[in-house]
Amino acid sequence: MANQSVATEKKSHLQHHFVDEDQQFESSKMGMWIFLVTEVLMFGGLFVAYIIYRAWHPDLFYEAAQELDVALGATNTVVLIASSLTIALAIRAVQLDKIKAAINYMAATILLAGTFMVIKYFEYMDKFGKGIYPGESYTYDGLEHEMAANFFSIYYMMTGLHGIHVVIGMVLIGWMIIKAKKGLVHSGYYTPVENTGLFWHLVDIIWIFLFPLLYLID
Amino acid sequence: MADSSQKTLRIREFPIDENPGHTYLNHEKGILSWLFTVDHKRIGLLYLGSVILFFFVGGMLALLLRTELLTPAQSIVDADTYNQIFTLHGAIMIFLFIIPSIPAALGNFFLPMMIGAKDVAFPRLNLASWWIYIFGALFALYSIITGAVDTGWTFYTPYSTQTGTSVVSMTLAVFILGFSSILTGLNFIVTLHKLRSPGLSWSKMPLFLWSLYATAVIQILATPILAITVLLLAMERILGIGIFDPSLGGDPVLFQHFFWFYSHPAVYIMIVPAFGIISELISTYSRKTIFGYWAIALSSLAIAFIGFLVWGHHMFVSGQSELSSVVFSFLTFFVGVPTGIKIFNWVATMYKGSIDLKTPMLYALAFLFLFTIGGLTGIMIGALSINVHLHDTYYIVAHFHYVMMGGTVIAMLGGLHHWWPKMTGKMYNEFWGRITCGVIFLSFNMTFLPQFIMGSQGMPRRYFNYVDQFQGLHQFSTIGSYLLGVGFVMMAVYLLWSLFKGPKAPSNPWKARSLEWMTSSPPTHHNFEYTPVILHGPYDHHKPMKEFRMGVAEESESPDVIEIDKDPA
Repeated sequence: MANQSVATEKKSHLQHHFVDEDQQFESSKMGMWIFLVTEVLMFGGLFVAYIIYRAWHPDLFYEAAQELDVALGATNTVVLIASSLTIALAIRAVQLDKIKAAINYMAATILLAGTFMVIKYFEYMDKFGKGIYPGESYTYDGLEHEMAANFFSIYYMMTGLHGIHVVIGMVLIGWMIIKAKKGLVHSGYYTPVENTGLFWHLVDIIWIFLFPLLYLID
Repeated sequence: MADSSQKTLRIREFPIDENPGHTYLNHEKGILSWLFTVDHKRIGLLYLGSVILFFFVGGMLALLLRTELLTPAQSIVDADTYNQIFTLHGAIMIFLFIIPSIPAALGNFFLPMMIGAKDVAFPRLNLASWWIYIFGALFALYSIITGAVDTGWTFYTPYSTQTGTSVVSMTLAVFILGFSSILTGLNFIVTLHKLRSPGLSWSKMPLFLWSLYATAVIQILATPILAITVLLLAMERILGIGIFDPSLGGDPVLFQHFFWFYSHPAVYIMIVPAFGIISELISTYSRKTIFGYWAIALSSLAIAFIGFLVWGHHMFVSGQSELSSVVFSFLTFFVGVPTGIKIFNWVATMYKGSIDLKTPMLYALAFLFLFTIGGLTGIMIGALSINVHLHDTYYIVAHFHYVMMGGTVIAMLGGLHHWWPKMTGKMYNEFWGRITCGVIFLSFNMTFLPQFIMGSQGMPRRYFNYVDQFQGLHQFSTIGSYLLGVGFVMMAVYLLWSLFKGPKAPSNPWKARSLEWMTSSPPTHHNFEYTPVILHGPYDHHKPMKEFRMGVAEESESPDVIEIDKDPA
């Protein structure tokens, strides 16, 4: 792509209230980081609930975690880490104006995210089949601990809220693919792709904490 | 000799257009140009209109409560309805009125102007936050229609998981409103970091902006916890997840910890912006540089920080451990230190100033009086032993009304009058402004002072009936609340009159020095037709006005340009 056309398109992305590109880019990025802080804090509430219940009932967490499938959880961890790599490669490709490669990388990210959700679906269905529902509807009798339902309430809340974020991330990346196809992002303006990437890394890192906390209790 | 990394700014004085033909009010026309505007000034007015509407609704509910309390037995509504009314009064006043009141209405309007920016960093997000707020309000309305919540605005479990009223839709409303609050806070932080005009360093920021900054930090850090709390509460009702429900092995005190971890800092979301307004008013109407600029600025941040460490003082009788109670009580006293710093600095600012008792200054003085009562009674009930006696009595009700209404609402009224000429381009009637301020001040004290007495004698809050000995004080309080209502009606009348018939406002009727006064009243669409350059502090009343109207000069402008070297932004 010729430098000339990039330069003219660049100008059209600058909103009226910013002085220059740098100010706009830095503002967007700072806004995104602050938003991520709020996300971390929201999950933080669930982590606090987890810590308190685990401190009260360590035996419950040990027993109930045996019901979770470590192999599937580990597979999902690998899948999400791989998706973080592909989204990072997509950002790099946009910065280098390799739009086609960027679209492919983003499509791969969505595919990996979809894989994660499918695996999660099978995990949930397996639990539901045994009668392991959250809270009151819990009917499984394979666990002796009287508080078993509470562990799975926390499990479903944490993985459920995370799953919603995975879906939101997939929608955002899909939107970025459309933007890329329309030629709206390029080396001169890649802020939305960068911010979507930041969001996706957050989704990834939350799972990196969830996996050992829920599956690997010993 | 400037090195190559520095650029030279050519600046000159820009005179103010006293008769602007083109303003943000007539820039575009039609209702849609308001509902879908991305102009921070119009969004500020949308918020102002919305919060005034909800203040009216919440106020009418309060008058219903006070009317019911005229007699010791049932007067006009039954007990269940009474529970619903006080819940709605609390929820509407807190989530729909007081949290967005100063930051989202006055803050939205003046934050960009005070830093010489054309808009906030994310104008569309700003509009989205108003729409999300309206959406949340509709959810709350839905909840009122389908079974108004009767849990109190605190939604304590286990009652909130058992009551037959619409707790789920109300908690979702709170979730949505919280999201709106987060977006406003996020926008303000980024705007203050990235969009300040040349020369406007952190040390030249008006104190109102420091207070909005501290508020935004609390909004960002505390509101997500509210989000997850109400989400868990909703799930508790929908799925019975049992995290807070003791019958399912959960812990109701955990809910209170979660709830107050947000809701105590939220108290500072409500009051800290009011401190900012008071700083502006006291300095402007005393014609004097603010005393202890940094002390006031940093005390806002100190309050924001300490505010996160004291939530347990709401739970002294909830069954938390004695040690926690002692620690929380101890930490609570620390909040008094930065707050006291502010009060003393304001009083020191007035000392030997040429005080002009315009309406906004009267509100500032009323604030000092009422907030000091509210604050000192707060220290008293922060003491563990006294709190156990006064917990859940009218003493608490009086305390937080002195802080929230005597503090935040009074400061907001002061700010509203102070900035009224700038927002509308019209002057209000000074005589009626002062009279009304007096009526509101006296009737406020009539309403809430008796509640301190009743509370200390053991009148519990939220009770529908009471023993006969309290009837006299309750009736006195009710009459005060009616007078308070009259005061607000008087204000509505003269402000509306001013809007349509009032005399035209000059650009700077109060001879203030901060940047929002250095443009026309009402401002133009882009606030300034030039990029302002700031050489002096916002309270430098001893310097000539023209030095506050500097801006980046275009090429080949008037001959008397000043050249200054400036580091690249």
